Amino acid sequence: MRKLFVLLALLIAPLLYAQSGTAFNIPKANLIQPAELNKIITTKVATQPLILQIGSRMMFEQAHIPGSEYIGAGSQGSGIEALKARVASSKKNQAIVLYCGCCPWGRCPNVAPAFNALQSLGFTNVKVLYLEQDFGTNWIGNGYAVAR
Amino acid sequence: MRLRAKFHCILAGLILLASFATVSAQTSLKPSLIGRRAPEILRPDFNKQTISLAKLRGRVVLLNFWASWCGPCLKEMPRFDELARQYGEKKFAVVGISIDDDQASALKAVERMNIHYPVAMGDVKLGNAYGGVLGVPITYLIDENGVIRARFEGEIETKVIEAKIKELIKH
Repeated sequence: MRKLFVLLALLIAPLLYAQSGTAFNIPKANLIQPAELNKIITTKVATQPLILQIGSRMMFEQAHIPGSEYIGAGSQGSGIEALKARVASSKKNQAIVLYCGCCPWGRCPNVAPAFNALQSLGFTNVKVLYLEQDFGTNWIGNGYAVAR
Repeated sequence: MRLRAKFHCILAGLILLASFATVSAQTSLKPSLIGRRAPEILRPDFNKQTISLAKLRGRVVLLNFWASWCGPCLKEMPRFDELARQYGEKKFAVVGISIDDDQASALKAVERMNIHYPVAMGDVKLGNAYGGVLGVPITYLIDENGVIRARFEGEIETKVIEAKIKELIKH
């Protein structure tokens, strides 16, 4: 029986390791769906969230969410430093939406490190845009607002 | 015996779970550029040699958009390098275009993986010309006349891309 548990642990450990630090670890409560964010940005609400793209500049310059800012890849140290610098003067309850959409959700290397960085800085109102496949498919493909 | 049966069930479940976690993303063909002439690339690669699709006419070209921080991209690239070796430079060529912000990161990845095919940096103009590179990896197959024959989004299974390459080389 003990051998069975050891074997199972050995099998499960790589899977858990592979998923740690990935988008799968972001709590559901911290996700925002594309339709919901599109509704927010297209509605004349006085306080809009700070929307930050933490993927690729080339992707951002081709198409991005109106009002969003390019920061840098969340998987890279330079991107995280740029993110920290951008929010340095923000209040901890500032509404922030992070998005990338470079890859299918479970394989995006950028959103989880960026989310974790803001969490560790004490930001309490951070959402991550859930893009199941990528930005092209789940945002532009759905006809949501785009700036180029 | 019952314990063994349970173990086998759990093992099968875990293998299935692992396959969902690691097997490639779907591939999809976007018809918009299929059958059209591939937009010219014309830019220096990391060895300062000019990449030109016009110069590659007569060969089937695999054009791959990638990023150094993209896991599926890094899994594919050594396979593409192997395909380039396998099919030889007379009939087949691979070209990589990085969507990284900086060349240093892309170059480091190329060197780490020991990639032999030409790789250059992308830009907005090129992304737009190819119908929007709004996710990576994206791979195009271009026939010997410079016409786009296939577009794949996400990591491609080797057997899928190889079958298409063979089809185009024979054609």
